[in-house]
Amino acid sequence: VTELVRDSLDHCVKCTICETFCPFSQVTPLFPGPKYVGPQAERYRQAGVSPDASVDYCSGCGICTQVCPHDVKIAEINAQARAQLWEDRGIPLRNQLIARPSVLGRLGTPVAPLANWALREPLARALAQRLIGIHHEAPMPLFAGRTFQRWARKHRSPTTDRSVVYFHACGTNYYEPGVGEMVVAVLEHNGYHVVVPPQDCCGLPLQSNGNFDAARKYNRRLVANLAPHARDGLPIVSNSTSCSLMLKREAREILGVEDDELKAVSEATYDLCEFLLLLHERGELKTDFRPLPLTVPYHAPCQQQGHGIGKPALDLLALIPDLRVIELDVDCCGIAGTYGLKKEKYGISMAVGERLFRDVRASGANLAACDSETCRWQISHGTGIGAVHPVELLYRAYGLDRAPA
Amino acid sequence: MTYDAVVIGAGLAGLTAALRLADEGRRVLVVARGVGSTHLAPATIDVLGFAGERVERPAEALPTFVDSHPGHPYARLSVEHFAAGIEWFKARLPGLGYRGGLEENVLLPTAVGVAKPSAVVPETMAAGDLRAGGRFVFVGLGLKDFYPAYLADNLGQAGASARAIELTPPRGAQTDVSSVGFARRFEQPAFRDAVVRELAGHTEPDERIGFPAVLGLERVGEVWRELEARLERQVFEVPTLPPSVSGIRLFEAMTAALRRAGGRILLGQSVVGAETGNGRIEGVVAQAAARPTTYRAPSFVLATGGLAAGGIHVDSYGKIRETVFDLALAGLPGANGRPPFLPTYFVEQPLDRLGVPVDDQLRPTDIDGRPLFENLHAAGATLAGAVPWREASGNGLSLATGYAAAGAILENMS
Repeated sequence: VTELVRDSLDHCVKCTICETFCPFSQVTPLFPGPKYVGPQAERYRQAGVSPDASVDYCSGCGICTQVCPHDVKIAEINAQARAQLWEDRGIPLRNQLIARPSVLGRLGTPVAPLANWALREPLARALAQRLIGIHHEAPMPLFAGRTFQRWARKHRSPTTDRSVVYFHACGTNYYEPGVGEMVVAVLEHNGYHVVVPPQDCCGLPLQSNGNFDAARKYNRRLVANLAPHARDGLPIVSNSTSCSLMLKREAREILGVEDDELKAVSEATYDLCEFLLLLHERGELKTDFRPLPLTVPYHAPCQQQGHGIGKPALDLLALIPDLRVIELDVDCCGIAGTYGLKKEKYGISMAVGERLFRDVRASGANLAACDSETCRWQISHGTGIGAVHPVELLYRAYGLDRAPA
Repeated sequence: MTYDAVVIGAGLAGLTAALRLADEGRRVLVVARGVGSTHLAPATIDVLGFAGERVERPAEALPTFVDSHPGHPYARLSVEHFAAGIEWFKARLPGLGYRGGLEENVLLPTAVGVAKPSAVVPETMAAGDLRAGGRFVFVGLGLKDFYPAYLADNLGQAGASARAIELTPPRGAQTDVSSVGFARRFEQPAFRDAVVRELAGHTEPDERIGFPAVLGLERVGEVWRELEARLERQVFEVPTLPPSVSGIRLFEAMTAALRRAGGRILLGQSVVGAETGNGRIEGVVAQAAARPTTYRAPSFVLATGGLAAGGIHVDSYGKIRETVFDLALAGLPGANGRPPFLPTYFVEQPLDRLGVPVDDQLRPTDIDGRPLFENLHAAGATLAGAVPWREASGNGLSLATGYAAAGAILENMS
């Protein structure tokens, strides 16, 4: 697979379309653009010769690959070159740390009040910037102080004739367990028995920070936990679009993992909105929605667009009476997972996000919707406006927030 | 997923068909491998620039041209189709201020100083019309692949009065010297100030000022009007080499209009197969992440482009196929022993007219002219029989056939 990715550069005709779309090269000269750093530079890379450092300023948003008319795997080439770069240089402590959300989650959850105080305390943040290079203003999420896994272990999902596996990922587990509860409620409302297997990180943050070995280990572990369910024919759904993309595509195309276990999990994995819209296509989605008189700008994250499923959230939310959804036409919010947390990249990340922030503000709404957790945190950070996963709007329109517990 | 129509390809032909269908209330999906020719070609609508001779009045020339080229896609369309398509296009994208029509071609300078005939042009290019004579000055900005002295010299040799000025406005922190980089700079007031300051006093009142076509992206109209007002001269844009900023504006305007009309756009997705039955296309299959996805609809438009865009593929053995449906092709070389390529570059090549043959509803046909699928229509460079680069007919072909394909679908539906 890695060779297939590398070989795809021979299809590059240097049309420069990717360069015109790259949200990052537009705002910083430190990233010369996906074509220059990708297919063009890749020709000159050889074993033992480290790629130039500019590839680290690629965020991995993947828009270049999406717009390329010749199927060149530009973002994938860059991700692999970035791993080579850090293998040669040694991965800095910060990038080791922020790339392990489940380690941070396990450390932070029991001491959430203290950890959250530190995350909001300017002095502590200034210190964190100095010592490890996390930008003092970067949108670091607050610990929920409880985990979704713990809730799920106690929760009795009603037994029905059809089951679904829920891959909630780390953001839901440690920071937004409430979102996970809404996902479960919406699936159960539609007649599903929800299985929540034990699970850890998918390896995506490690991959985007160039630590492929560690990323593969995490990924193997997760896939091993999910594979038995996939082999039983159960669909696996996730509200974390980036982490589900890791299962669907990136573990294979970027990390180069190729085996039957991953294949079974990949083919069973669905983005939550994708899954619900497929239900609707089959006439199986409940549409007993109450009116939700709101205007909500919707941003489809770049990683969600990598699924190749369009924007199913738009079609789902269109089913809710009185809900007006504004489709935002911006490719990327700038955060790219851990990219915008880094002190040297925070400014770039916010500059990329500025167009999106402007459009969210211009909508006049006081609530935005977006599928990916880190993007929601970035949108709220950039606009001061709350951002929710589309499932929260479905949950409210179903009236599940008022249902007896 | 089920739609009212699925359009394959996101170039001008595909976007035209999709937007017209969406405007009529149809649920439309555009699925494309990537971004199309809009980002490479200038956004002028060239309907017919050359038919042996240079064409001055396309409306008059078209009937004769069609009579002598029965295999040309234009022979499938009526002149009313062209006129209606152009009027629709101009009215639908008011922000780009398209001007002109079929009555006469304007003659615009290219980046290498050749006069090119176009029927409909963005307002920002209109003042470059060479037919009126007069004096021209072309401005360089340090944009790569744009050499105003070369441009002016070539126009001068053809009898025009043209000269060049090189400016060195500050580029700021960004090192990007591509056309898009300059277009973004022109949206900054400080950059425009610097350009105006540097040009002041260096042009004559009767000179028209030609800039490379980088006068902004979203705000091009505003930028262009401001430059005309502040410089007190007529200002126009000259199309550049790729990436084409004028084409990017067209893509952005059309996709934004399509989204607002409820259309869906899916990029980065190759259509890898089709489900067929009873002489119809039931669905097309795209390779999404992890699994193939089928998109069903009562109507389909094939607008994947020709050889250059990959809608038609020639492999290293010389085997030629249409890449989505494996449709019958017309204009295949080699059948009578002709070689596929000739050694001279600037002649019509045996492959040039290669493409999908269609009937009067633009439905792909077999070699005997019978439609292959009742509900499949084709538009743009996929079609057989045209040589856009020699005829100066590229965007005209895409617009007219994209518009007509949508028309045929709407007629069948009603």
